[in-house]
Amino acid sequence: MHCTVKIPSPLRSYTGGVSSVTAHGATVAELLADLEQRFPGMRFRIIDEQDGIRPHIRFFAGSREVRDLTERMDGERVLHVICALSGG
Amino acid sequence: MLVAAKTGHLGPTVFRSIDRGRTWKEAAQPPAFRKATEGEKARAVERVFWLTAGHSSDPGGWYAGTAPAGLFRSRDAGDRWEPVAGFNDHPMNSRWAAGLATPDGELLHSILVDPRDAGHLYLAISVGGVFESRDGGRDWAPLNAGIEADFLPDSNAAFGHDPHCVELHPAMPDRLYQQNHCGIYRLDRPATTWTRIGKAMPKSVGDIGFPVVLHPKNPDVAWVVPMDGTTVWPRTSVGGKPAVYQTRDAGRSWRRQARGLPAKNAWFTVLRQAMCIDTRDGRGLYFGTTGGEVWASANGGETWRRIAEHLPEIYSVTLAI
Repeated sequence: MHCTVKIPSPLRSYTGGVSSVTAHGATVAELLADLEQRFPGMRFRIIDEQDGIRPHIRFFAGSREVRDLTERMDGERVLHVICALSGG
Repeated sequence: MLVAAKTGHLGPTVFRSIDRGRTWKEAAQPPAFRKATEGEKARAVERVFWLTAGHSSDPGGWYAGTAPAGLFRSRDAGDRWEPVAGFNDHPMNSRWAAGLATPDGELLHSILVDPRDAGHLYLAISVGGVFESRDGGRDWAPLNAGIEADFLPDSNAAFGHDPHCVELHPAMPDRLYQQNHCGIYRLDRPATTWTRIGKAMPKSVGDIGFPVVLHPKNPDVAWVVPMDGTTVWPRTSVGGKPAVYQTRDAGRSWRRQARGLPAKNAWFTVLRQAMCIDTRDGRGLYFGTTGGEVWASANGGETWRRIAEHLPEIYSVTLAI
């Protein structure tokens, strides 16, 4: 399944400044793996080496928050990667 | 040049420059622990805290220390990093790096490479102690005898100490200096028991601080920047009067060097990586403060002048010659 992934500004140095990209996958993990092929290094900026979502990073499939990378997009066509407002 | 970086959102990494800092490129494979096996404590790098160039026989070799305490190695000038399993997976690792964090987390720092032997390494953990390897990092042993640890129940513990900064003298690699949470020490190998040379500091100043900087040629000459380590440990200039202290006799005596520094009401901290020396002549000294100032001396600390201000909190000062 092809989805649109919305890229927050701190990550756009990996996407050549592009704020919205297309990726292929049924789960968040698959979408991120596909993006990593084209934008090397981006995944590790939001997912740590133990496959944990980094603090202050959030994923939303449409308007539904996703906390488990294996969760399916379930028909949603847009994945939002959010740098959560963390104070200040 | 390498620099460790972390933003609020995007986690830790390393950037490289091959044009003296004009442009920077992120490491293709930043330091990261191996994937934890089932039932094993999962460690993820929170920050890259320390970078040390490898031995001269190993061009492109670099070591990195992280929080939580991890040791990593690059063989290609910092582009791809691998965990050093001999330390990170050592059977004693969970006790040496027990998660006893400083206010900035559990830090692995002071990675030292013996200039005579690429396989002879030292490292330090705050809080954990000093450790030594003689086989290129495959095996490690604590090296903390003589170091005080007033926060531990056992004053003779083999590890669990709090080294702030350890330096090895480049011209006399058997000599180590250490600024510890509990004083200033010297160790002349092959001895294994540190001597608290900070006892020669004035009692009113004490021997707490973060950096220790060594003269590049004379192994008897070193500098420290005392901080207030009394009561609640404010870690600021003692009495609000910043001063550098120099020894010229390997720590048997210390001289105050404060000419040009603020005479009062200056409450800054000098972090462990925020002081350096010009290794060509041993006269140029520099330190940065948590208040965003850089101070310089052109005469071995005799007089000081401020050469930069209004910077952010300064973590590290390094001279590019």
